[in-house]
Amino acid sequence: MNRNPIPAPLMARVRTLLFHRRVLFGIPFAWLLLFFLLPFALILKISLTSAVMAIPPYEPVFRLAENTLSVVVNFGNYLFLLSDSLYVAAYWGSVKTAFISTIACLLIGYPMAYAMARAPKHWQLVLLLMVMLPSWTSFLIRVYAWMGILGNQGLLNSFLLWLGLIDEPLKMLNTNFAVILGITYAYLPFMVLPIFTNLVKLDLRLLEAASDLGCRSITTFWAITLPSSKAGILAGCMLVFIPAVGEFVIPELLGGPDTLMIGKVLWEEFFNNRDWPVASALAIVMLALLLVPIILFHRFQSREMSKNG
Amino acid sequence: MVNARGISLSKIMLILGLLFLYLPMFVLIVYSFNASRLVSVWAGFSTHWYSALFQDQQILSAVWMSLKIAFYSASMAMCLGTLCAFVITRFKRMRRRTLLSGMITAPLVMPEVITGLSLLLLFVQLAELTGWPADRGMVTIWIAHTTFCSAYVAVVVSTRLQEVDRSIEEAAMDLGCTPLKTFFVVTLPVIAPALVSGWLLAFTLSLDDLVIASFVSGPGSTTLPMVVFSSVRMGVSPKINALATLIILTVSLVAFIAWYVMRRNEKRRRSGRLS
Repeated sequence: MNRNPIPAPLMARVRTLLFHRRVLFGIPFAWLLLFFLLPFALILKISLTSAVMAIPPYEPVFRLAENTLSVVVNFGNYLFLLSDSLYVAAYWGSVKTAFISTIACLLIGYPMAYAMARAPKHWQLVLLLMVMLPSWTSFLIRVYAWMGILGNQGLLNSFLLWLGLIDEPLKMLNTNFAVILGITYAYLPFMVLPIFTNLVKLDLRLLEAASDLGCRSITTFWAITLPSSKAGILAGCMLVFIPAVGEFVIPELLGGPDTLMIGKVLWEEFFNNRDWPVASALAIVMLALLLVPIILFHRFQSREMSKNG
Repeated sequence: MVNARGISLSKIMLILGLLFLYLPMFVLIVYSFNASRLVSVWAGFSTHWYSALFQDQQILSAVWMSLKIAFYSASMAMCLGTLCAFVITRFKRMRRRTLLSGMITAPLVMPEVITGLSLLLLFVQLAELTGWPADRGMVTIWIAHTTFCSAYVAVVVSTRLQEVDRSIEEAAMDLGCTPLKTFFVVTLPVIAPALVSGWLLAFTLSLDDLVIASFVSGPGSTTLPMVVFSSVRMGVSPKINALATLIILTVSLVAFIAWYVMRRNEKRRRSGRLS
């Protein structure tokens, strides 16, 4: 056998290198484990307790009394969610609203991203900054802006009355329409960004080849541009849909009494009713609904994050 | 023919989309100078609401609190997010790498109510078991913000890390640089712009967060979004319009500076290549 043994000093260096790697890996891993993953286990645990008037307002799962450890698991919260039509309606309302808003974002955002990707190089950065700039200002304030526009005495109604198109103010604020408009407005930049980054990488020679071969531009679009931006569309839709399902601020400020969305219901259960177990169960069911979209998004994102390198 | 029309159609959509994005903010700015309380009435130009804003002690102390939290969160998130991006893009065969990349991408889309609730439950349980955190406030908000901001920093930095020329790093190490020194001398200067933009992004995200902060804050740690929210819940308030104008102008100014610096660097790089 002709295998040289690795010299001891080299072996020691390799070992310290591997140790350093493990430490570097361990710091963010431990932080996220403690402050991101572990809390989900706690939501699950609290969702299986029952509410009591105490601090904190739930009963312990593990009880140690007279040398016996008893585990008390309460599925009542989940049964309660199923039995009360309010919660089912709120889940349905959230998914529906988020879905319509996502489609609206896509219909507005795709042509925008397309035009940006076709713009001259020195314009692209300016346009990208212009699209992203609103999202760097305050989310809350951008939603609030619509309150002044949509209200009964708001700008839009005053304008329509002045034009003589309507005789009395339209009720727009505190409706589901306002919620969908608000979500579309607030999340539009997050739809444009991934589609733009995807379209800008598109090989223009493909499009030239298609047109040289006599493809009409609309056919080229359907056959080449759209399929090759599929990943960007998917990422954009997930970036809008998933947070929109759990949205609280927009239904609270722009929605009305008949706007049922699960983020708002969860907030009220927690802050107004102080029912932490039911709020936790609501969160767990929401997570279960969003699991598939979150995994889809994760697969796209982790591919983006480690393409080459 | 069709081609030209197709392109101009998307251009029209781009202009309309930008109008859609900017008109509401423009309305806020205009009405912050309105003398009247009402949106529908224009009662003349006035800076009354700005002076009222600067006399509102509650808003001012909330601004200070938010700026402090945003500064600490952005700084910590920059370190943690960069570390995350680095180990994910470089340590390909590390055990539990998939779990780490899952934990760093999920906060990007996780509904805020879930994140907020889960962190509150964690802090309550920790306080019960270890006595820490004794009361919730700045520190708990800082932890919560650092966690979700790190995810955004990691995305920004990892894009840049992929563009780093690995052969220069390898050359440095061949010439006897330790990996740590290589990182600080070779890699860091290249990814520095991404660190800056990651920090800025984290800062604005932390400054803007209402939902998560509401869950994990305690009495005496009211951030700016909480004050704004409780005020606008009651309806349109001109003082908030003035505040919004100041925020929009500040962000625009920073974005303009960033654009200017990027353009200058790009030009310099191009002319450097030519000569």
